[in-house]
Amino acid sequence: MKESDFLKLIKPFKDKVFRLAKKLLVSREEAEDATQEMIFKLWKNKEKISDYKNIEAFAMTMTKNYCYDRLKSKQASNLRLVHNNYKEKETSLEKKIESKDAVNIVHELVEQLPEIQKIILQLRDVEHYEFEEICAIVEMKPTAVRVALSRARKTVRNALIKKQNYGIN
Amino acid sequence: MELTSVEKLLIKYNNGNTSLQEESDLRDYFTSEFVAPHLQEYVSVFTYFTAVKNDTYNKDILLKPKKFNNIRRKFMSVAASIVLLLSATFVAKQEYDRFQAHKKLAQITKGLKLLSNQLKKGEVALANVYSYKTTPKLKN
Repeated sequence: MKESDFLKLIKPFKDKVFRLAKKLLVSREEAEDATQEMIFKLWKNKEKISDYKNIEAFAMTMTKNYCYDRLKSKQASNLRLVHNNYKEKETSLEKKIESKDAVNIVHELVEQLPEIQKIILQLRDVEHYEFEEICAIVEMKPTAVRVALSRARKTVRNALIKKQNYGIN
Repeated sequence: MELTSVEKLLIKYNNGNTSLQEESDLRDYFTSEFVAPHLQEYVSVFTYFTAVKNDTYNKDILLKPKKFNNIRRKFMSVAASIVLLLSATFVAKQEYDRFQAHKKLAQITKGLKLLSNQLKKGEVALANVYSYKTTPKLKN
């Protein structure tokens, strides 16, 4: 496989890998490193790539596992503390000035979810993966995925309503 | 979309049972301008999801970073071992010099002690001579 072919192959999902890494590792720099590492790992195994039915799902699983390892290692946990106050700076958010604060609150609420719920919510509601694909990526049964997704959605919504009702920040 | 169908879809959505198409409909509804007031909280949720998706990986993709790193790492380890070796020999040399100096000092001290001992002997002998000289002669 040539470099150009490989780059074409990973192009559709490199951003998804990056966003998943960022969701889990919080900091942009860490997520960029993780993405680079994943792409490089894929490139190193380029001979085997054709054996996989779904390279994208494979790459996403690899990313998930890699981020878990990073989170487990002490180094990453130190980095996480540093980036606890990390704020999203999305230009598209600027358009919705009136709901910007609320969107930031959603971001914080999602941050507080358990890792697996974070991943599944990200894969479904941000990346719009089919359930079968999510099952393959997180290596879980469909019912378990649905339960986790439902819990994540309900937790975020209930917390949001609570905050709006009581004005707690 | 009608409000009742939106509400129905939301129940399905919260139970994790909506299809991708249904979720796309919900997204369209909640990112539009007219959202029912009692469903406002979903606006920020769906806006958040849409905003997150705009984040992209913009750095260049390097396909040979590891190799470069390896060479660098190897070079660094070689450099580190050389520095270690140099500092070790330097310290060892200093320690050796100090040891040698101590040894020399001990030898000199020993030699001087020996000399002074011998001198003392001579002194004692000389004292005897003096005492002999000063002793008054016995009268017959």
